[in-house]
Amino acid sequence: MNVQLFIPCFVDQLYPQTAFNMVKVLEKLGCTVHYNANQTCCGQPAFNAGFQHECKDVATKFLKDFSGSDFIVAPSASCTGFVRNYYGKIFDNSSVHNEVKDMGKRLYEFSEFLTDVLKVDNVGAKLEGKATYHDSCAGLRECKIKEGPRKLLNNVQGLELVEMNDVETCCGFGGTFAVKFEPISVAMADQKVNNALATGAQYMISTDLSCLMHLEGYIKQKGHNLRTLHLADVLANGW
Amino acid sequence: MSQTADKFIAKSTIKAADLDHRRTINFNIGKYNAKVPEGKQQFTQLLTARERAKNVKWRALETLDQQLEEFELQFTRRGGKVIWAENAKQACDEILKICEARNCKTLVKSKSMVTEEIHLNEFLGKHNIESVETDLGEYIQQLDDEPPYHIVTPAMHKSKEDVAKLFAEKLGTDPKATPEQLTLTARKILREKYVQAEVGVTGANFILADVGGVAVTENEGNARLSCAFPKTHIVIVGIEKVLPSINDLGLFWPLLATFGTGQNVTVYNSIILGPKQPGEKDGPEEMIVILLDNGRTNVLKNPKTRESLYCIRCGACLNACPVYKNIGGHSYGTTYSGPIGKVITPHLKDLGEYKHLSYASSLCGNCTEVCPMRISLHELLLENRYEAVEDGFVSFGERMAWKVWKKVSMSRKLMNTGSSKMRSWMINTFVKDWTRHRGPMQFPEKSFNQLWRERNGQ
Ligand code: SF4
Repeated sequence: MNVQLFIPCFVDQLYPQTAFNMVKVLEKLGCTVHYNANQTCCGQPAFNAGFQHECKDVATKFLKDFSGSDFIVAPSASCTGFVRNYYGKIFDNSSVHNEVKDMGKRLYEFSEFLTDVLKVDNVGAKLEGKATYHDSCAGLRECKIKEGPRKLLNNVQGLELVEMNDVETCCGFGGTFAVKFEPISVAMADQKVNNALATGAQYMISTDLSCLMHLEGYIKQKGHNLRTLHLADVLANGW
Repeated sequence: MSQTADKFIAKSTIKAADLDHRRTINFNIGKYNAKVPEGKQQFTQLLTARERAKNVKWRALETLDQQLEEFELQFTRRGGKVIWAENAKQACDEILKICEARNCKTLVKSKSMVTEEIHLNEFLGKHNIESVETDLGEYIQQLDDEPPYHIVTPAMHKSKEDVAKLFAEKLGTDPKATPEQLTLTARKILREKYVQAEVGVTGANFILADVGGVAVTENEGNARLSCAFPKTHIVIVGIEKVLPSINDLGLFWPLLATFGTGQNVTVYNSIILGPKQPGEKDGPEEMIVILLDNGRTNVLKNPKTRESLYCIRCGACLNACPVYKNIGGHSYGTTYSGPIGKVITPHLKDLGEYKHLSYASSLCGNCTEVCPMRISLHELLLENRYEAVEDGFVSFGERMAWKVWKKVSMSRKLMNTGSSKMRSWMINTFVKDWTRHRGPMQFPEKSFNQLWRERNGQ
């Protein structure tokens, strides 16, 4: 099966290793992975800042970069959800209407692609320890991801999965919100991290590096013994 | 940044770090969260119920002019009077005129966010008319000289100890009094006020167009006393509160109760069709409804934001909002707080001054998820941000930053070359304030793009 990689801008710049881990898992499962090296960004940052025209130009480029009929897989529910749920609005009443609709159906967040398309919930990974899964808001509410990643993690050898309190509450990242309203964002991180710590987990795992980057920063600052990991990093481990 | 925005940041910074506040709010909202699922059980198809309700409001707002005229026609038939007020000042002036003509010294009032919006108590106070809040939560807030903290639960941020202390200070009760004792004290004081008052003021949860009535929902019975005891009853209500038919209440009452407090139906639901009719034993001699615009037609104008007028003020989005829970209802500095407040205030008041509220959200979408009217609250925040950009309310620096972003994002070559423009854009956007509570950000040497091309010989 041919798969086009969509590596969101901040994953590209900050977490290349996670992207390679995703590739490793996809290849193991028999996918032929392609990467259009012209790709840049889906446009979400500008849209969220209110710069919809700037967003639309970049989104137009995105449509071009990912044309065709292959599945598109991304290690981010946030970007996946944005393309799926907002492109329709951005290109409302336009000639690319069908293209956009089609793209929404071809594009998958990594865990969704494994469980819903490849129908895999055990990739043969190993990781010793106790982990808790963090529902990213985009995963939960934009992409409706809830059980998939938990199934995958439950099948990781050596890993014990425990649920934290208020698991569906936002961690406080929210893009520029994290900086513009830093005290609120940090208070939200504090509660999320406390809930995770209360489970006794060593790892906090999620589909979204944006949440994890924010949480990791806060955890480090506080010196807690809790490590953040992207799902792909876990699934690529131990084999 | 506007002064209002500075104040918002200052207040929210203090509250977000206030762990006592966090505890009280989480406790009170926790009780709410435990109760709501019980209320939801009365719906066999909750989603359908919500969608139907949204449809009803859609129809009401699309034909708002006709609905309001129909209401006026029906209501005046039975001797009621309707006043149309464009803004807060007009509404206050009309109320004052009525009070002065009746020689009113004391006015009793049930809970109403619209009267908060027009700052009625303060206005009447200046004209030596005592306006007494009769809802217990509002009464507590009035004693403490504070605006309501929450649109449904005005004193949500106060523990029972806080209330006992407040009553002891202001009314001389025992500082260790129980909630029951305090309620009885308030009740005794308020009963006297009902008898004294010449005028009663209430809000309305719904205006019913077909029968020309107003519907008022409450748990304490104080609104019934406020509208039935005094000789004059004034209702003040936003024009968006209209429902086409009395039959719609069958859907809206349970929805409001469930999403507001987790009840199946609220304790007292009154439909008031006008002043006392010949042959009737009780009720006010006259009844006046003030239909208030105060910026609502601005919201109506924009087809995208229009759906925020479907709001039934249940408060569910506040209770679901992690930002609200961290900064509390008073930090917003607005009458309507929480997600719905952020959405409508810039339109009701001034976009330039209140636009910061639209950015003070992590866009987690939980508000949209819980709203019984299925208002796309978080998307409307994005719409507000867009409007702020279009109307020129963002700085030159920010405009330039997004121009650069676009240029870089339109070309992979640019993104890859030089000092890695993409990274410096990211650093400028994030890192400056990022590191204060989150430790330094670490950049790998090469991007995925570079590594991929190197590995694949591209
Ligand atoms: S916006 Fe929705 S959830 Fe919020 S108060 Fe209004 S009706 Fe309730």
